[in-house]
Amino acid sequence: AFSLCPGAGQDVGRSCILVSIAGKNVMLDCGMHMGYNDDRRFPDFSYITQNGRLTDFLDCVIISHFHLDHCGALPYFSEMVGYDGPIYMTHPTKAICPILLEDYRKITVDKKGETNFFTSQMIKDCMKKVVAVHLHQTVQVDEELEIKAYYAGHVLGAAMFQIKVGCESVVYTGDYNMTPDRHLGAAWVDKCRPDLLITESTYATTIRDSKRCRERDFLKKVHETVERGGKVLIPVFALGRAQELCILLETFWERMNLKAPIYFSTGLTEKANHYYKLFITWTNQKIRKTFVQRNMFEFKHIKAFDRAFADNPGPMVVFATPGMLHAGQSLQIFRKWAGNEKNMVIMPGYCVQGTVGHKILSGQRKLEMEGRQILEVKMQVEYMSFSAHADAKGIMQLIRQAEPRNVLLVHGEAKKMEFLKQKIEQEFHVSCYMPANGETTTILTNPSIPVDISLGLLKRETAIGPVPDAKKPKLMHGTLLMKDNSFRLVSPEQALKELGLAEHQLRFTCRVHIQDPRKEHETGLRVYNHLKGVLKDYSVQHLPDGSITVESILIQATAHSEDQGTKVLLVSWTYQDEELGSYLTSLLKKGLPQSTA
Amino acid sequence: MAAHLKKRVYEEFTKVVQQQHEDLSTKKLRLTKPSKSAALHVDLCKATSPADALQYLLQFARKPVEVESVEGVVRILLEHYYKENDASVRLKIASLLGLLSKTAGFSPDCIMDDAINTLQNEKSHQVLAQLLDTLLVIGTKLPENPSVRMRLVEVACKHLTDSSHGVRNKCLQLIGCLGPVEKGVSKEAESQAAKDVQKIIGDHFNDQDPRVRTAAIKAMLQLHERGLKLQQAIYSQACKLLADDYEQVRSAAVQLIWVLSQLYPESIVPIPSSNEEIRLVDDAFGKICHMVSDGSWVVRVQAAKLLGSMQQVSSHFLEQTLDKKLMSDLRRKRTAHERAKELYSSGEFSSGRKWGDDAPKEEIDTGAVNLIESGACGAFVHGLEDEMYEVRIAAVEALCMLAQSSPSFAEKCLDFLVDMFNDEIEEVRLQSIHTMRKISNNITLREDQLDTVLAVLEDSSRDIREALHELLCCTNVSTKEGIHLALVELLKNLTKYPTDRESIWKCLKFLGSRHPTLVLPLVPELLSTHPFFDTPEPDMDDPAYIAVLVLIFNAAKSCPTMPALFSDHTFRHYAYLRDSLSHLVPPLRLPGRKLVSSPVSPSITPHEDPSQQFLHQSLERVYNLQHLDPQGIQELLEFTIRDLQRLGELQSELAGMADFTATYLQCQLLLTKALQEKLWNVAAPLYLKQNALASAAAKQILEETYKMEFMYSGVESRQVVIIHHMRLQAKALQLIVTARTTRGVEPLFGMCEKFLQEVDSFQRCFISELPHMQGSFVDKLLDLMPRLVTSKPSEVVKILQTTLRQSTFLHLPLPEQLHRATANIIEPTGESDNPLRFTSGLVVALDVDATLEHVQDPQGTVKVQVLYPDGQAQLIHPKPADFRNPGPGRHRLITQVYLSHTAWTEPCQIEVRLLLAYNSNRSKASARIPKSTWSESLEALPPSENGIEGTIPFSKPVKVYIMPKPARR
Repeated sequence: AFSLCPGAGQDVGRSCILVSIAGKNVMLDCGMHMGYNDDRRFPDFSYITQNGRLTDFLDCVIISHFHLDHCGALPYFSEMVGYDGPIYMTHPTKAICPILLEDYRKITVDKKGETNFFTSQMIKDCMKKVVAVHLHQTVQVDEELEIKAYYAGHVLGAAMFQIKVGCESVVYTGDYNMTPDRHLGAAWVDKCRPDLLITESTYATTIRDSKRCRERDFLKKVHETVERGGKVLIPVFALGRAQELCILLETFWERMNLKAPIYFSTGLTEKANHYYKLFITWTNQKIRKTFVQRNMFEFKHIKAFDRAFADNPGPMVVFATPGMLHAGQSLQIFRKWAGNEKNMVIMPGYCVQGTVGHKILSGQRKLEMEGRQILEVKMQVEYMSFSAHADAKGIMQLIRQAEPRNVLLVHGEAKKMEFLKQKIEQEFHVSCYMPANGETTTILTNPSIPVDISLGLLKRETAIGPVPDAKKPKLMHGTLLMKDNSFRLVSPEQALKELGLAEHQLRFTCRVHIQDPRKEHETGLRVYNHLKGVLKDYSVQHLPDGSITVESILIQATAHSEDQGTKVLLVSWTYQDEELGSYLTSLLKKGLPQSTA
Repeated sequence: MAAHLKKRVYEEFTKVVQQQHEDLSTKKLRLTKPSKSAALHVDLCKATSPADALQYLLQFARKPVEVESVEGVVRILLEHYYKENDASVRLKIASLLGLLSKTAGFSPDCIMDDAINTLQNEKSHQVLAQLLDTLLVIGTKLPENPSVRMRLVEVACKHLTDSSHGVRNKCLQLIGCLGPVEKGVSKEAESQAAKDVQKIIGDHFNDQDPRVRTAAIKAMLQLHERGLKLQQAIYSQACKLLADDYEQVRSAAVQLIWVLSQLYPESIVPIPSSNEEIRLVDDAFGKICHMVSDGSWVVRVQAAKLLGSMQQVSSHFLEQTLDKKLMSDLRRKRTAHERAKELYSSGEFSSGRKWGDDAPKEEIDTGAVNLIESGACGAFVHGLEDEMYEVRIAAVEALCMLAQSSPSFAEKCLDFLVDMFNDEIEEVRLQSIHTMRKISNNITLREDQLDTVLAVLEDSSRDIREALHELLCCTNVSTKEGIHLALVELLKNLTKYPTDRESIWKCLKFLGSRHPTLVLPLVPELLSTHPFFDTPEPDMDDPAYIAVLVLIFNAAKSCPTMPALFSDHTFRHYAYLRDSLSHLVPPLRLPGRKLVSSPVSPSITPHEDPSQQFLHQSLERVYNLQHLDPQGIQELLEFTIRDLQRLGELQSELAGMADFTATYLQCQLLLTKALQEKLWNVAAPLYLKQNALASAAAKQILEETYKMEFMYSGVESRQVVIIHHMRLQAKALQLIVTARTTRGVEPLFGMCEKFLQEVDSFQRCFISELPHMQGSFVDKLLDLMPRLVTSKPSEVVKILQTTLRQSTFLHLPLPEQLHRATANIIEPTGESDNPLRFTSGLVVALDVDATLEHVQDPQGTVKVQVLYPDGQAQLIHPKPADFRNPGPGRHRLITQVYLSHTAWTEPCQIEVRLLLAYNSNRSKASARIPKSTWSESLEALPPSENGIEGTIPFSKPVKVYIMPKPARR
């Protein structure tokens, strides 16, 4: 197997990996880069094939989850570059992915006014090529290539994929999370021992604290503020963490019997929440088990937000988009509430430099808004990190679970990956790779080749010798036929018959001189008696013409042409009886016992 | 088609034959023995196809076989076995053989040889496995026959090389269950099989089939359970199995490792790839810890559970389980726990946290970071964060057990336990609160921890809050701020959930008595006293104020300087509370007042003997008096009853016993009074009075006997006879009274017959006890029975009257322990003056909270009764889930009662009480028939349907003020 990274190698964002395994080409993820607005935002598909259509070259495309850095370039790739083969993703991903793509398209085309971008129709056409898969379902892409999805826990519907051709296999993790959270479980993979494990390494050098402390801190802060009568603003992105925080607050409100209202803004989220309700089986144990009484995503305390609510008196909690406070509703609400020290803003994620979010997190208390306005921030600013990537320990844990023969790190920073690479090699003694964008890594595998064997031959061969032990290799005799692209082990006779060849016999003959003055047939008789005495388990026969046979070995005694006292024993055996033949010769060479005959 | 029909006819015909056999067997027991085996033989011979034979066998298996005919049946089955070509039939026969050998009383050694012989020529693996299973049954039935066992083990060893996993499985199971346990008992040269069974089983640890590997480990564990000391050499083998591909193997291997670690805790094992050596228990601990992050949750649960019982592990390994080194971008980071601790020790309480407070500090040496730990590192951190709540619960339990044995570990695990208070699953939260309570004598809560703990007080689940109150009862708090914080939070809880009142007061009682010195400086603030100004007197009925007082008074008990800080009204309130809530407020030594000595001074340990002696003596006295004049008997009985009742009041542990006997004597007294000759001889006009007295007495005796039978726990059959006897007497009395008052004869016929039936059933039920009842009423009655049956009702009545008068007083033997069932309704309190208003025709829910003591099976027997002022009564069956069991003999009923009524003009009181339902047909020992108590019907169901014969009120009624308003149009 070898893999090529047209997208994210030592980079976060724009995930795209090409894997060639036993002659099959599979593209893993098709992401875009948030940071660029030019051609660099999409992976360079010309890496894959310089000339010729992608459809001819790629056997399938697999999308691990709905984040845009993993699926953002999909319509571009399938509709604009041109790909008509199958695209695989899980059911929730298939459901949510088009919403996000449409949203992304709207922002880029309608707001920024870009042209030469994919259209709504393209998204629809692209989604028509998608084949949805279930967890742990083995999908046969073609006769040889099969894929299987495992739970990854990163966001709803996130999956890891095993790609298998014959006995060679690759596991691609996408993004995954090894610690369960309030709405999703932990990633799990069985001990599939792939030849290569391609894993993300976003947090290659981080070991995180327990989630409980962070959750408790978060809840305590919200609770205290609400009790004081303050308002809490939580800027979020519409999907993923937002749902986790909603569940967290919802259950807390339920538990503590709190009455303050919680609001959630934007229509996009409503649609997404709908899908969370539908795909209950993809969530964690608690939600799965209690949905019979009540679907946890049917929020009791969380209501839709209206612009007018922001001015309502009394405590409230508001989730608003976008997450970095750079525009939109969250910024509007922030401006309204920033002046009151009773209020609080909680940033649940990372903020890009230059955004309001980043500024307030770094402690800036006076912000310059558009129009030269100065906004004084009196409200409390809190940072809570709720990230759903595996940390270094989680990555190691997954490697331990899967037991791969090679590991390939992607989706991370080179410097951090270096550390993890060293650790993996040191602790698991497997080789680890970290290709850069556009770099190809080749991994040698040691494929085992299946060979058909006829049952008759197998039974015949296993009957010989000791009882078979499955853990030990066993020696067998047979003829290997390589015909019509298949391997078969057959008996020599059948091989000859099939190939239409005549059988050649190979015979060994050997003369043994014995000093015996008696007549030829008497010598023959003596030899016969001797052999009969020694070889009790074999059939020894004395033929009427004076020759002796031991199984299929022929022995003839003739007088020496020159010296009548010396008899010559002619021993002749076929190639198959080599063992017995050579034993007989050595036996006869020792001479006959001076018996009474 | 015709042939098909014919076959069906034939089949039906054979079925008819079968049923005839059945009929025979049910009617005549003697005949079954030959017929059973014979029938089987006939059937099997008749069977034309394997399917037929299988059908016959299946039918045969449904009926039990008597012990005597087992062997015959087995012979027939075996005979058929050899003839049978079809594997499925042979399989069924083999399984039948196993079933038959299980028959109680049958000794299977006679069929063992045959069973072993069948193995010889068997080709089918399934049948072989089934036969081995049969042998296992036979072997387990013959525990004291080592030679048989030896033979069976030998057979099993022979089949260990079979190619089917099922057969190997069974062989290993057999060896595990029957393999010789004691070494040296069997002679050394006994046979080849007697050689080390452990080695044989151990060889199969790396069988190719995972099921066989599991079976091998299980067999090993079985040997251990049977008392064989496993060899230490297995340890390294077992460790390899921990990395197996299959979860059941890993799960079993974890168990095996645990067993070995308990057997050889102190032996030394080398650490691979280094020269160091560690104790085996430490090594095993590390390995099991590693399994806490296994891929399969079954294994994780298993591992987490076992960790708890590894108490010999050295502390430094133990503490590693809570260790997790954090880093961010290769720089060391402190955990939130460490930060909290630091914050606390630096004296800064609540800091407005800045971003980057958790910013990573020093650089980490990349070489030193161990990402996959070889040891126990962070096992509990992982376990407590697991996805499956089963694992988390197991981890919490393990944590609890380890912390109980190691105080230093308890201190360390506190942070993690506190974190678990916020788990998403209530069960886990509850479990961790309980755990914390169990280890609370080892720990002192830091303020920040206390803060987190107290935050849970707002939880809407009552169970959680009460568990938390109990936890607070026994926690140690380090500072006076902590106490204050706890008080404030508890008061907050009180305002949010007023029903928690009792529980909160109790909690504060303990909090106060545990931390007198911490409460002392808080007193002026809590009582809001001022050095110069008089402050207004607080409202005495305010539960929050009472809560504060409970805290203070309990602290004052061991802090004599505290009362000096009280103001006048505090002393008055003390006197009031000491009276009204004496269980919460301790006696205090107040200046200028004498310490009121409690009625039973605690210095004298209550001596059981004198009072018990007194009880027995007074009873002796009563029982010995047989021939006094009626007046004397009456007086003596009255005195004794009075004595007993007083004794019950004084000696709580004898209360049940005293009450019980007093009730019995009371019955006797009533009976004696009712039977006084003088009364019965008077002329007709006075009948009425006598009549009223006697029938009232009969009725009361009946009631009392039901109370005696069903309200006391610990009543044995000896007492039940006496009680029933008393009841019989009462019924006789009733009969006599009715006979004398009714004119006609017709109704009497029925009554007499009924009474005689009862005598008959009494005799049947208590036939074994009759010899003890010489000279009693029933004894005499049974003697006269032939006469009674034939006599006219009037004669019967006469006979009854004389026997009743002549019969002796039965001695009531006392059981060891006797407790009277009691119930106390805590909620509603019945003090409220505000009526509960609701619209008539609709329902209002009334919360009922009661404690029950010494009630057996409360789910089935305890009912709630609501009595409306118009005399209408309503019986409510609480749901089984409404009962909680906080301790042995104690139950708690928390339920909601739905009330409804038509409109009233003004508010009125209804009575709520608890009833104990009984059913005299239901024998005490036999299992109850499950009833449909789920449906909360508004009216009492007819007794036949619910199995309730009557009810006994056993709690004080509580009055609730309600007001159904007319509906507004």
